[in-house]
Amino acid sequence: MKPRKPKSQGLAYKRLPRRALLLGGLQAAFVGGLAARMRFMQVDQADEYRLLAEENRINIRLIPPDRGRIYDRNGQIIGQNSPSYRIVIVREDAGDVDQVIRKLSELIPLNEDEIERAMTEMRRSAPFLPVTLADQVTWEDISKVAVNAPALPGVTPEVGLTRQYPRYEDFAHIVGYVGPVSDYDLSQIEDPEPVLRIPRFQIGKVGLEARQEISLRGKAGAKRVEVNATGRVMRELDRQEGQPGADLQLSVDADLQQYAQARLAGESAAAVVIDCETGDLRAMASAPSFDPNLFVRGISVADYRTLTQDKYRPLANKTVQGTYPPGSTFKMVTALAALEAGVVGPGNTVYCPGHLKVGSRRFHCWKRGGHGMVDLNTSLKRSCDVYYYDVAIKVGIDRISEMANTLGLGIKHDIPMSAVRAGLAPNQEWKQRVHGEEWLIGDTANASIGQGFMLASPMQLAVMTARIATGRAVSPRLVRSVNGVEQPSGAGEPLTISPTNLRHIREAMWSVSNDRRGTAYRSRIIADDLRMAGKTGTSQVRNITKAERAAGVIRNEDLPWERRDHALFVSFAPYDKPKYAIAVVVEHGGGGSKAAAPVARDIMLQALYNGTPPLDAYPVGDRDRIKEQQKRLEGDRRPKARPDGKDRA
Amino acid sequence: MSYLEYAVKSTPSGFRKFLYMNWPLTLLLISTASAGFLMLYSVAGGSWTPWAEPQMERFGLGLTAMFIIALVPIWFWRNMSVLAYLGSVALLVFVELFGTIGMGAQRWIDLGFMRLQPSEVMKVALVMVLAAYYDWLPSHKTSRPLWVFIPVALIILPTLLVLKQPDLGTSILLLAAGGGLMFLAGVHWAYFAAVIAAVVGLIAAVFNSRGTDWQLLKDYQFRRIDTFLDPSTDPLGAGYHITQSKIALGSGGWNGRGFMQGTQSRLNFLPEKHTDFIFTTLAEEFGFVGGITLLILYALILVFCMVTALATKDRFSSLVTLGIALNFFLFFAVNMSMVMGMAPVVGVPLPMVSYGGSAMLVLMAAFGIVQSAHIHRPR
Repeated sequence: MKPRKPKSQGLAYKRLPRRALLLGGLQAAFVGGLAARMRFMQVDQADEYRLLAEENRINIRLIPPDRGRIYDRNGQIIGQNSPSYRIVIVREDAGDVDQVIRKLSELIPLNEDEIERAMTEMRRSAPFLPVTLADQVTWEDISKVAVNAPALPGVTPEVGLTRQYPRYEDFAHIVGYVGPVSDYDLSQIEDPEPVLRIPRFQIGKVGLEARQEISLRGKAGAKRVEVNATGRVMRELDRQEGQPGADLQLSVDADLQQYAQARLAGESAAAVVIDCETGDLRAMASAPSFDPNLFVRGISVADYRTLTQDKYRPLANKTVQGTYPPGSTFKMVTALAALEAGVVGPGNTVYCPGHLKVGSRRFHCWKRGGHGMVDLNTSLKRSCDVYYYDVAIKVGIDRISEMANTLGLGIKHDIPMSAVRAGLAPNQEWKQRVHGEEWLIGDTANASIGQGFMLASPMQLAVMTARIATGRAVSPRLVRSVNGVEQPSGAGEPLTISPTNLRHIREAMWSVSNDRRGTAYRSRIIADDLRMAGKTGTSQVRNITKAERAAGVIRNEDLPWERRDHALFVSFAPYDKPKYAIAVVVEHGGGGSKAAAPVARDIMLQALYNGTPPLDAYPVGDRDRIKEQQKRLEGDRRPKARPDGKDRA
Repeated sequence: MSYLEYAVKSTPSGFRKFLYMNWPLTLLLISTASAGFLMLYSVAGGSWTPWAEPQMERFGLGLTAMFIIALVPIWFWRNMSVLAYLGSVALLVFVELFGTIGMGAQRWIDLGFMRLQPSEVMKVALVMVLAAYYDWLPSHKTSRPLWVFIPVALIILPTLLVLKQPDLGTSILLLAAGGGLMFLAGVHWAYFAAVIAAVVGLIAAVFNSRGTDWQLLKDYQFRRIDTFLDPSTDPLGAGYHITQSKIALGSGGWNGRGFMQGTQSRLNFLPEKHTDFIFTTLAEEFGFVGGITLLILYALILVFCMVTALATKDRFSSLVTLGIALNFFLFFAVNMSMVMGMAPVVGVPLPMVSYGGSAMLVLMAAFGIVQSAHIHRPR
């Protein structure tokens, strides 16, 4: 073992102890500085705090801002803040919590579930934090608690504002709902504002409430209060008001929305009414719906299970979140793509024998015997499939997909709602990229009639119809104004489609609704200046086997609900000067002309007349039935009582 | 060169090593950690869950780690330095690519049983690699530009990675600890003058970048600096935390409000009261006496590290010990300055006291190296 050559000869090594002591000295000085600062704050300035430390302290409390209200286009209230009384308990002050709760339950009715939740919350949070025992308590119950305060240690009534949705089910999908901030919410926000940490502070969870959270929330104010040793407020010293959230005005017409929602009741369906001139969404009904007020208070497990297990999926917003094969409502797109490309003219005919052989497969027309010679107008009017197989193969999928995008399909429209889907207008590149497979000619045939990969939401179909009706790139607008400031209109620029070709399509759509042989003739509008032009669609959700075809296709009524066809209808009116476009999808409703077109016609008339339409707008044969229906819906639309009878606050 | 060069015969072996540990340091660490348990018990409202109990388990783990590391000869740790550094850089790159987003920054690797924060590991690894470097470098070369450039690069690389996460607090600590170590190693004064000038330049650059495309800090970091410079601009937004922290701390007075009686820090919306702002609660409940006691404990930890550093003749041991002590100092100095309103809120925990697994374990491991240096010092 050789002794290590000492390194201590180098200059740098000699410096080490010296510098170590120097750095140590600096550290000591800093520690001294910290100590001095601590002394200054806790001893010299202690006089300021000593006074407060005895019994009273000054406390800065945040004042939660008033959340912005939501109105419909005519100023009817959709989302408001109403005072709510609640009873809170502080574990530390209560002593024997069980006994206090037992005494309280003798005074006022308490909900088992809520007690359970309060107990869990109490176990988890600090003993000095107030925990809500009962929410939405009536004034009488509050007075009872206040009178008996000495017998109920730790129990205090509190008043606060809570979100309330006076239109119940009607706006659940559009506006969404608020709920108390959760730990998960906090973890999603970078540098959350202190106001979010107020217990039970409500933020938007879903829909418009969530997407417009920042403008609806506003800025918190603050007050300086004197509190006593238990944290109870003794008096307020001064306050600095916050800034309330912005009021939003929707483009939706609450009465029309209510009608649409009522008209769809009983089905799993969606209807969207769009204003052709401004892109305003006049109604966005999705049925069945749910009461958003349930979520504000915190929904019970049983209620939530009922909602999630319903096969009609009440929680899903079918207007933007549901995407369906557009079926024959897509035929306008195929036809426009073909006309624009010049591969067919409006007068050219195709012979329909009831089927067409594409590649090695035989593609059937919905009509077994075929339509014979069909031109553009007839093909759309009678919804001949073979015509579209033929022209789609001529024009090619890429140009059809491009036309779909131009008309607003397969692209995501930016509106402040949750889970807005882009749908799908596939092309060759898409299939290669996603499925890693070649695009087949049969895929084109399927796509031409809106089947196969093609998917669109009801809102997209409404936008498509509005664009065909106006020739402009109408885009949907949900929020009309924020704090009175008008938002940009969705009127859009003129499309690059030739007006002549659009006119041919519109004429064909007119025939669908007004020609005796049109598929939607039964659901026409009689009033001459309000004539409607539309297109029916029936989209398959199952494959029809060769054997079944040979034996005769099973009728929809004979199938279980989930295997029936979706019924679709799109239309615009009045024909001469389009004001509204509508799209209706009835899930598994059967044929579009039977299940969707009458609904669309009724909602359209309601929109056009801005209220209940006169009976002479309907075809003569229908009037008795319509009269019955109007009476029934009128009854449904009376202001609803709270379903659970809890309307106490 | 190998450890055979040391006079090995004079270092203790086997379980006798325990007797030669820096016991005052061990006891000081246990006391500060116990203060932490007490405070975590208090902020949970008099409950061992959810913070105090896991913290105790982690401290037990940390203490075990410290003992194990202490028993391994210091020259082994010197030889591991480069590996530790490279490993830490790799981890930092890994979090950059795959890390879990927590509180808006990409900092953690989720190991399942705990979350590893590679920037914590880096603090120690950087000190180790710099100490090993200066141990290896012939002393007459210490101040030559090329040999100064290498350690600067070693410091800058992890600093930039951490800054990118973004974690401004830790990146400043890394810079300061690295710079401090170079200073200790005997680099010429002139370089430090240059570095200080560069830092001033960087600060200017950061402020000038505000609002441009290449903005170097996140908006919230700028807001925090703004409110630090003038808390009255935003007493309810970003300045709220500092204001609340000062009120709570000041209300402690001389003796404090008593254990578990600190209402100020509880009734208010004091954020992170179990982590970064835990000192506020301690100072409120135990007052000036409690605060100064903790400060003295911290200072003593530094003193006993200094003892180890000056007692050893081995250059690596001295440097690594002083470097770890410096890191420790920076931790509590920055944290306390922050809660007392002397520094912006940058998110640095109070060492040994704040709730947090990663920081505690890494710190205990680092003190293990200090213990190892103490036990295996050439005599």
